[in-house]
This record gives sequence, C-alpha cells and structure tokens, in this order.
Amino acid sequence: MAKTLFEKIWDAHVVHKAPDGTCLIYIDRHLIHEVTSPQAFEGLRMAGRKVRNIGATLAVADHNVPTTDRALGIKDPESKLQIETLEQNVEEFGITYFGMSDKRQGIVHIIGPEQGFTQPGMTIVCGDSHTSTHGAFGALAFGIGTSEVEHVLATQTLIQKPAKTMRITVEGDLHDCVTAKDIVLHIIGLIGTAGGTGYVIEYAGSAIRNLSMEGRMTICNMSIEAGARAGLIAPDQTTFEYIKGRPMAPQGDDWDRAVTWWDSLPTDDGALFDKEIHIDANDIAPSVTWGTSPQDVLPITGVVPDPENESDPNKKAAMIRALDYMGLTAGTKLTDVMIDKVFIGSCTNGRIEDLRAASKIVLGKKVAAHVQAMIVPGSGLVKEQAERESLDKIFLDAGFEWREPGCSLCLGMNEDRLNAGERCASTSNRNFEGRQGRGSRTHLLSPAMAAAAAITGKLTDIRKL
Amino acid sequence: MQPFVKLTSIPAPLPLINIDTDMIIPKQFLRTIKRTGLASGLFFEMRFDDHGVPKPDFVLNCDPYTSSTILVAGDNFGCGSSREHAPWALLDFGIRCIIAPSYSDIFFNNCFKNGILPIAIPQEQVDALLKAGSDQKEITIDLDQQKIVCGNDVYDFDIDPFRKQCLMNGLDDIGLTLEKESYISSYEEKRAEEKPWL
Repeated sequence: MAKTLFEKIWDAHVVHKAPDGTCLIYIDRHLIHEVTSPQAFEGLRMAGRKVRNIGATLAVADHNVPTTDRALGIKDPESKLQIETLEQNVEEFGITYFGMSDKRQGIVHIIGPEQGFTQPGMTIVCGDSHTSTHGAFGALAFGIGTSEVEHVLATQTLIQKPAKTMRITVEGDLHDCVTAKDIVLHIIGLIGTAGGTGYVIEYAGSAIRNLSMEGRMTICNMSIEAGARAGLIAPDQTTFEYIKGRPMAPQGDDWDRAVTWWDSLPTDDGALFDKEIHIDANDIAPSVTWGTSPQDVLPITGVVPDPENESDPNKKAAMIRALDYMGLTAGTKLTDVMIDKVFIGSCTNGRIEDLRAASKIVLGKKVAAHVQAMIVPGSGLVKEQAERESLDKIFLDAGFEWREPGCSLCLGMNEDRLNAGERCASTSNRNFEGRQGRGSRTHLLSPAMAAAAAITGKLTDIRKL
Repeated sequence: MQPFVKLTSIPAPLPLINIDTDMIIPKQFLRTIKRTGLASGLFFEMRFDDHGVPKPDFVLNCDPYTSSTILVAGDNFGCGSSREHAPWALLDFGIRCIIAPSYSDIFFNNCFKNGILPIAIPQEQVDALLKAGSDQKEITIDLDQQKIVCGNDVYDFDIDPFRKQCLMNGLDDIGLTLEKESYISSYEEKRAEEKPWL
C-alpha cells in the first residue's frame, strides 16, 4: 500500500501497539535545554531511574544565556541557577553537553542539524515546541512537555497515537524577495493558527524542493504556529549534502546504508492524506504580522484590517484586543508603521543564510537613528562562519549590535527584552502579547525585511528599498 | 498524580480565543526548577497591573471565581509553547478541568500528565457554560459517565479511553511503560542490527 513519509517513519518506530490503537514509539534523538528539563531530572532522581539511552541525548543551554560578554557571567540568580542545575544534571546522568564557553553552543534547534545529530527518518523530541524545525530533514520531530521529557529519559519511548496527515503543496516560482519565512507566514495566514491541530504537515511542491536546508528549517519551525504537531519535508540530495561530513553524521559504510534508507522515505505516489492544500507560489508576497497571533499576517503592501469587517464575534473581539495591544488603527498602511527595535535571530531565522540575506540589505547603509538593532547568531558556529565572511563588520559598520548566540529576544528570558510599548521588527516566531516583554509589540517578518526596517526605521517593502 | 473522578464548581468564564501559553504563564516564571508555586504567575499580565496589584476586572481575581476549579475558555486554548509550566500554574491555582471548543496538541497532552481534564465540546455548549459561569451557577463534571451537568442540561464529552483510565486512577505513565520493558529491549536490538548508525 502506498504510504506517506509520516506513515513510513511512524511504522518504523512502533515498539508496541495496544488494542485501542495507543502506541509506544521509540525516540531516536532527544534534545535537552535548561528550561524544561530540571523537573524531569528531579523526577528521575526521586524514582531512582537512569537515562536509558545516553547516546541519543544532547544537552545545551540556550534560553537563559546572556548574549553580551559571557565572561561577566549570568546576572539573574534564577537564570544562573537553572543553567547550573542543567550542568549538574548532565554530569550526574552522563549526557553530552555544549557549555556556554563551547563554540558549538547555540539554540537547541540550530545545533542539532549543525552537528548531524538530526537525520532523516528519525523520531526527534525536545521539551520545546519548535522541535518541529528538524522535520526539514524528513524526521518526525515534535515538542513535548516536561513529564514527557522525563518519560523519554527513562524509557526512550513515548505513548502516542498517530496524527492525521496534511500535505501543503507550494508549486511554482517565488517572486523576488520572497523567502521561506514569507511562505510559512502566508500558510499560517491561510489555514490559521489552529489549522494544523492534530495534523503532521508535509510540505511539498517545487517551491519547497528548491529551498536550501536553512529555508526548509524556517518552514518546519513555524509548523507549530499553525497548530501542527510537526512539519515534514521529504529528504533529497539537498538534505544528504547538508548532513554529509558533519560530526555526528553516519560515516563510511554506515553512510551508504543510511542513504539507502533515507532514499526510501519520501511519500509514495498515490498515498492518501487526510487533507490536501495547494498554494500557488506566485500568490506569496513579502509578509508581516500586524496582530498578536502569527495568523494575523498580511502582505507588506496591506493596511491594518478593520474589526468591523469581521462577522465572527469571537474573532472580532480578538481583533479589537490585538489592535489595542499593538497600538494600531485600522486602515493604517503597514509601511507607515514606525519601529523601535530590530531583532534578527532565533531558531526560525538565526542561521548563516539568514545573516547573509540580512547583510546584503545592510551593506553600506546605516541603522535609522531611533532604532536599536541586534543580530543574535543561532550558534557559536554560525557566528564564527559569519565572522569568517566578515558579515559582522557589515552589521557593526551599519550600527547593529553583534551578539553571542542564544534564544535572546525571541522570548526574552535572558536580559534581552522590549520595554512596554516598544515595537520590534523581529525574525522570530511568535507575536503573542508579552512575548518579547510586558507590553511588547512584535511584527514577524523575514531577515531581509527586518534588515530593511532597521535601515528605514519603519516596516518596509523590501522591493522598494 | 491525584485521581480525577467528579468535580463540582462555579466555572470561571474567560471568553477569549487563542489563549496562548505565554498568556497563561509568562517567561519570567519559567526560570524555576520546581513544579510547584506557579499560581502566582498564572495569567500574570492579565491578572496584575505593572505594580503587581490584582486587576479588579480580571475573572480569577473576583469571587466566587477565585476558588473555581473549572475554567471555560475560547477556541484553540493553550496554543504556543510546550511549557508544562502552563498546566502546573493552572493546577497550582486549583484548576482541575478546562472546557473549550479546541486546544493546542501539546498543551492538551500536558494536562493529562498532571491530572487536569481538558474537555473539548462545541462552541454553543461552551457558550452555555460561559453563561452559567457568569450567572454563578455550579456545574458538575462526571468523568466516569463523560457528562457535564449544568442545571437541567447535560452535555456529553469524548475522551480517549487510555487517558480516562490514567486520570481516574491517577496512574503514572512511566510506570506503565516500564511494564513493556521487554518490547523496548527487543526493539533496540533490532534497531542496532538494522540501523547501526543510530
């Protein structure tokens, strides 16, 4: 029978199936960070349990780490304790850990792929919703809560039922200046923030196949913003070339055996999905969010929408609340919205390709006088690569801050935060109320669009820069 | 985990859609290394002003909702981050049951791990229960019978049988999984043979 990519991975990981359909599935890779793991390790300790498969587990601190001079240590006592607790736990349980002074340290979803820890056909979990990022490699990757982190540590399995499947096909050539970020924002705008609930989304079509691995990761990363459990993209030559030679990738004969398996994974012709959506790549414009949900998205040429035009009372109430929170008036052109800060980074857009795209816009220009702009590379290795290409100089000359790697202003758990009322053009993934700090106002967009906003001081149509 | 059998309370009405986990428990409360004590951060920005003073118009600051054990809310409750701090904060406040038209997958799953019952029912039934909450009428959740009783009205709800059993008996997932240790071991042997690079 013809099978989807999801079904092939799922079937290869079923350890046990109960009569009611509940499955125990094996987890190939488990990423750990400091925020969602302390209570899981504490649970293991209290029950006298060990980590079942140490080799399948990789830990890093990312959410709380300072992006300024690391030599100064961590100021906030709670952040400091959380990272120290992770360090004690990895030591006690024998888990590989990239510490703050290790150049491999970075955002958990950047370092997995970078190290070759992430591979096609795997099941990958992490106590973090953006684990969906790893689906770009054709791995079934999803976020879990801390209780499940503990469950995976103790048993290397999870209790699950299969998800429904959805395929989103984006066919055709993208317009100039339209990036992976614009594709995924467009998709979320189309299907809504709960449109993917209960589904694993496979992204297909020529516009997806033509993306680099970095672009594919951006798309899969934001699957969770469409409510999906996971995103998937079929592994192909682009995938294999990215993985080959990375420190944790298969070597020698193992490489050939692995590729043979990976080649068998793409969805078979004739396989059925529970839902299919077709998008014409031609319809996608450089996009930006105006509200407090990632589905509140429009082409940059748009105007702030009017709640009076919304017939659903719950949606109308949410729009009124969002406009009030965002300090926006219906009818305002998005390109007239002034910004205070720019953040380029995060697990969505903190990879080398993102920094290259932003640097092209910035080259030879200056950040607007009223704007504070920062670049936070996704990992120490991304930072090193960018410095090798002298991208840091382009950004510094323009007036950007060049920071150390971490999650940073995406969620503001460290010192990097917006003040109340401040408006940020941000390459991150969530524009929720309070996400970047109490009263913060976030506009999600691509790295190139964020760079353009930094230069002009307002949301900008990059095609007119 | 505390077993969940029956629950009676005046439900707290929170008629907003897309209540995300950043709203339920903002970042500054995620630095804890404990599961307890998070009630103080629950709905922090909606519940307290800039000086930490409770906002008088927020439902969970008003009697009788300060002691509600049931929360009724809008569509797509718990979207966003996987942080289990969200159900921990709700539980610490005293909430054992949430009623909404739909939930995000990860939040929904996290609830069951903590003895919280998330019920998904159609919008018009949610609207009736929001009204019951506003009118300060008690409702009863009967998990065994899978019924919500609200005055003369009774609403049925669905729940996965395995999850129901775990909730009603307060069962620990890890303990149940470890009973299948032999299956895990034989899977691992086969995996090592077929895919040694893993």
